[in-house]
Amino acid sequence: MDNPSQLVQYILTGLSNGAIYALIGFGFAIIHNATGILNFAQGEFVMLGGMFTIFILSFLNIPLPMAIVLAIAFSTLVGILFERLAIRPLKNVKPLSLVIITIGASIFIRGAAMLIWGKDTHALPAFSGNEPLYVYGATIMPQHLWIFGITILIIIANKLFFSYSILGKAMRACAYNAYAASLVGIDVKIMVLLSFVVSAAIGSMAGIIIAPLTMTSYDVGIMLGIKGFCAVIIGGMSSGLGTVLGGLLLGLLESLGAGYISASYKDAFAFIILLLILFIRPEGLFKQKETQRV
Amino acid sequence: MMIKEKRQIFIFLLFALVVLLVPIFLKGSYFLNVLVFIGINTLLAVALNLLLGYAGQISLGQAAFFGLGAYISGILTTRFPVDPWLALVVAAGCASVLAFVIGFPILKLKGHYLAMATLGFGIIVYIIFNETVDWTGGPSGLSGIPNLRLGPFVFDNDRNNYYLVWMMTLGVMLLSINLSQSRIGRALRAINDSEVAARVMGVNARMMKVQIFTVSAFVSAIAGSLYAHTITFISPASFGFNFSVELLTMVIIGGLGSIYGSFLGATILTMLPEFLRVFRDFDIVIYGLMLILITMFMPAGLIGGIEMSIKIIAEKIKGSAENNA
Repeated sequence: MDNPSQLVQYILTGLSNGAIYALIGFGFAIIHNATGILNFAQGEFVMLGGMFTIFILSFLNIPLPMAIVLAIAFSTLVGILFERLAIRPLKNVKPLSLVIITIGASIFIRGAAMLIWGKDTHALPAFSGNEPLYVYGATIMPQHLWIFGITILIIIANKLFFSYSILGKAMRACAYNAYAASLVGIDVKIMVLLSFVVSAAIGSMAGIIIAPLTMTSYDVGIMLGIKGFCAVIIGGMSSGLGTVLGGLLLGLLESLGAGYISASYKDAFAFIILLLILFIRPEGLFKQKETQRV
Repeated sequence: MMIKEKRQIFIFLLFALVVLLVPIFLKGSYFLNVLVFIGINTLLAVALNLLLGYAGQISLGQAAFFGLGAYISGILTTRFPVDPWLALVVAAGCASVLAFVIGFPILKLKGHYLAMATLGFGIIVYIIFNETVDWTGGPSGLSGIPNLRLGPFVFDNDRNNYYLVWMMTLGVMLLSINLSQSRIGRALRAINDSEVAARVMGVNARMMKVQIFTVSAFVSAIAGSLYAHTITFISPASFGFNFSVELLTMVIIGGLGSIYGSFLGATILTMLPEFLRVFRDFDIVIYGLMLILITMFMPAGLIGGIEMSIKIIAEKIKGSAENNA
């Protein structure tokens, strides 16, 4: 493989990973904007998506699309249970307690997944075969195209939902000012629950479309979760274009860094970028600085 | 105030006495070995508690400082002819300097962001332990680390290690209890309640947070160095994210801000896997559940819960006595 085609390959891999990070980032932003919580268990929804699909396929003899729908439904159910059992009962808690509870939930879900499904790595079959396509000397798996296609669809659906649907607008109103939203008749509790539903659904979808490429196991949630967090931090905690760009940027830097600098430090690049962003521009790369009210 | 302080001194002396006498009654060396690890984990839990319980600043990267202490000590004594005591001092010094330097940017962050940043820092250090194979031995670990010694006295058996570790742990516990009642302790609590209010009152919150972070790293690195020299073999698996979560669980279930709580938490989490050998894989699920349940229903941890129930029982007894009279 000559150098230009190698570069194309790195860019492709980077972009497809980046798309996944952006989707995971969306999940963070949706819950954070509705509740002020940064959900440490976000990565676990991603893991659940992939693992549920694989195990539904192995137990039930049903076509892949149906298995995917079921897997998203199950992951969403976990999200609902999490909100109802561990988040809603809390009243007037310190942010620190919320951090600890979502960390607890994340290791609980991960541990339960390990007990149920074991520690092995599993592969999900690709959506449409493994016949690679060649572009400028680089190989693209059909799964990459699925990832790009589904990501674009989710971004558009997300945009339409939050801009035009009454539910989406109500959720945005809650994010802006929950008390004011409740005064105009919006049920804030339902909106919070809904944010967990949407976020779990998007997260598990991300986990499902990446599983055929990277394999999956009970512990993939933590790394993917933190990278999604990194994407949403770059994007300034929005579920919009900023986070998409953040995810793609992270995916590209990570892939190029692994290719040209050192493959064994691939994960470290993502965390160094995360720390740099947090240190230098915690409000995101694309956002105006806001003053903090106390 | 005086009475309270006297009671505190009495409780500590009693605790120290029990700790020092325990080996006399324990002939079996296996249990003594567990107690050595309880001592090391107590050191780590107290270190995290200073940061989390006193100052209200979370860290999910404590295992990194523990690991740095262990690896700096291990590398200096196996690759170079450095005396283990000197290695311990160098390890603690290096970890403190690192904590001080990264403390300024990292502690500017709050809540969730601070948790993510410390988590990121912890994982970077963990990756470095794994990848710098020439120095650390990589995933297969570093062996042949020499024991500490005082003249002809070598800390190479459980009894000696017990006294070594627990002298250090008791010292750190005493200093931490003292700290909570000093001006610094009150300033840290003020930061915990409201950083803005603390700053308005003239507390240099930023410097204070960095200092307590540095102290926490210093103690964790000492624990790491003691760990390396007592167990003589270290590998990155002991210093990953899971261990940081385990330390967090110790502090939370014991009780935020309670030094004896940290000891209790460390004891429970060190013993749990020993007793639940059959349920080896259950420990992570149990930790997760404990974190959630304790935070939801017993925010002051087990120590707080015990104090509360003693109070309630005392009042009930008092109440019924009054009724009878």
